[in-house]
Amino acid sequence: MFETTDLNQRNRQVESRVKTLFLLMTLLLILPVLVILTMLVIKGGPMLSIDFLFTEPTQGMTAGGILPALVGTVWLVVVALLASVPFGVAAALYLSEYAADNWLTRIINLAIINLAGVPSIVHALFGVGAFVLFFRFGTSILAASLTLAVMTLPVVIVSTREALQAVPHAFREACWNMGATRWQTIRRVVLPNSISGILTGVILEVSRTAGETAPIMFTGAAFYLPFLPQSVYDQTMAMSLHLFVISTQVPDVPEGLPYGVALVLIGMVLSMNALSIAFRTYLRGKKKW
Amino acid sequence: MVTDEGRTAVDGSTRDGAEVKLSVRDLSISYGDKTVLSGVSFDVEEHEIFGIIGPANSGKTSFLRALNRMDDFIPEMQVEGEVLFNGMEVRRWRNVYALRRRIGVVFPLPVGLPLSIYDNVALSPQLSGIKDKTVLDETVERCLRRAALWDEVKDRLDSLGSLLSGGQQQRLTIARALSQEPELLLLDEFSIAVDPVTTMRIEDVLKELKQEMTIILVTNLVQQARRLADRTAFFLSGELVEVAATEDLFTGQVQDARSRDYVEGRFG
Repeated sequence: MFETTDLNQRNRQVESRVKTLFLLMTLLLILPVLVILTMLVIKGGPMLSIDFLFTEPTQGMTAGGILPALVGTVWLVVVALLASVPFGVAAALYLSEYAADNWLTRIINLAIINLAGVPSIVHALFGVGAFVLFFRFGTSILAASLTLAVMTLPVVIVSTREALQAVPHAFREACWNMGATRWQTIRRVVLPNSISGILTGVILEVSRTAGETAPIMFTGAAFYLPFLPQSVYDQTMAMSLHLFVISTQVPDVPEGLPYGVALVLIGMVLSMNALSIAFRTYLRGKKKW
Repeated sequence: MVTDEGRTAVDGSTRDGAEVKLSVRDLSISYGDKTVLSGVSFDVEEHEIFGIIGPANSGKTSFLRALNRMDDFIPEMQVEGEVLFNGMEVRRWRNVYALRRRIGVVFPLPVGLPLSIYDNVALSPQLSGIKDKTVLDETVERCLRRAALWDEVKDRLDSLGSLLSGGQQQRLTIARALSQEPELLLLDEFSIAVDPVTTMRIEDVLKELKQEMTIILVTNLVQQARRLADRTAFFLSGELVEVAATEDLFTGQVQDARSRDYVEGRFG
């Protein structure tokens, strides 16, 4: 009664083959990451030094450090965050806590999805038209950061909304039942319990913003500018554009230099991601329900 | 406040001279085209425990929601008819938040807010603007004592309310409802997640609370209605079968045979 039939046998074989196949495909995914990181560390590692990080490029960007690009990227990211986080969080709060399910909300949701799908080069041209020309910010950190902010807004909205939705609905009902307004409920119960998720989304957005090249190319990032920016109305160098420039536009760049720049850039992004993961793990440990 | 049409028969009618706290007139509730409660009318007196019994899907919870206008938060929920609280139609209360503060609600499943135990109880006074620490301290202790929880949590008021056990959370929820100093307390199957011993302790508390407020007790445990309620309404499939003095209902002096069958567990 319990002996294995041919069918059982075959099913088991198929099962193990399918599993192996999926495992191999998963491992293939990790391969590029490993190769990239190894290459960068081997070729770019020797470039790294305190001087590399804290001096300006010299000899037509074929020598020296990356300080203006590093500082410029920090400026761009910070200003972009200052613009996108308040708008994004406010929009997410509206959509999650206030909006009724009607045509307006559906149109807004559709717009957010579409905004996320717009190619970054299109955002760049939009930034030129809107911020550089129409608002007359010129090519500046402000124009570039606002372009980045518009581009990352959907990410902030979606991640914030998900964080808000993760707070059980019963908590809201309990508050409303005791006569709390929606805002009182948000401030006392919803936000304190979703802030970790919101911040995680913001940190991930930082890492994405730092690597973007197209949106800042025409709006505020400079080819070569060996000074640190003094205000948001200045142009600036940026890590991502600098990497593009020394890899393709400048003759006689020593082979290790672009790898060094790429290593620093990817290091920035990965450490942001690591911070985000560590933060989330820490807060999950303090889960309140 | 006395109209003839909504009055129930002799046994279920309000006592002479008692103040009517809540008056329901021809109340119907529907979700989309699904009607869950149709044409219900009765009065609830001040300082009584009013029981509502009936099988699942008979509209009990929806009824409670209509009382403090929680339908505002449920777009598809339609309420028709009148709910008079203190003689005033609830939809005419200009300040709906003040209305909800006067009506405490306890849900079937406990909801310990992810705040400290102290803040769970202090939240409602805080929301209505009380900042004085001594007043808040005093309220927290009084409400927790009332809900038979004080002794278990008095040394750890700073720990999270949402991490208490189910039964403790339910008592916390009751303490929170009491912190609103409600005139009307709605209990929706409060004992579902509470052990029998604790249930008895809470039931004793409710009998005392009746001196200060009016209580509507929705319960699936007909014996609980018998122990606590002065009068009991029997809801069935969205209709009010009858309102009767609880003792009458349980001793078979009913107008409708279905009521007797239900309380005797011979239903269906």
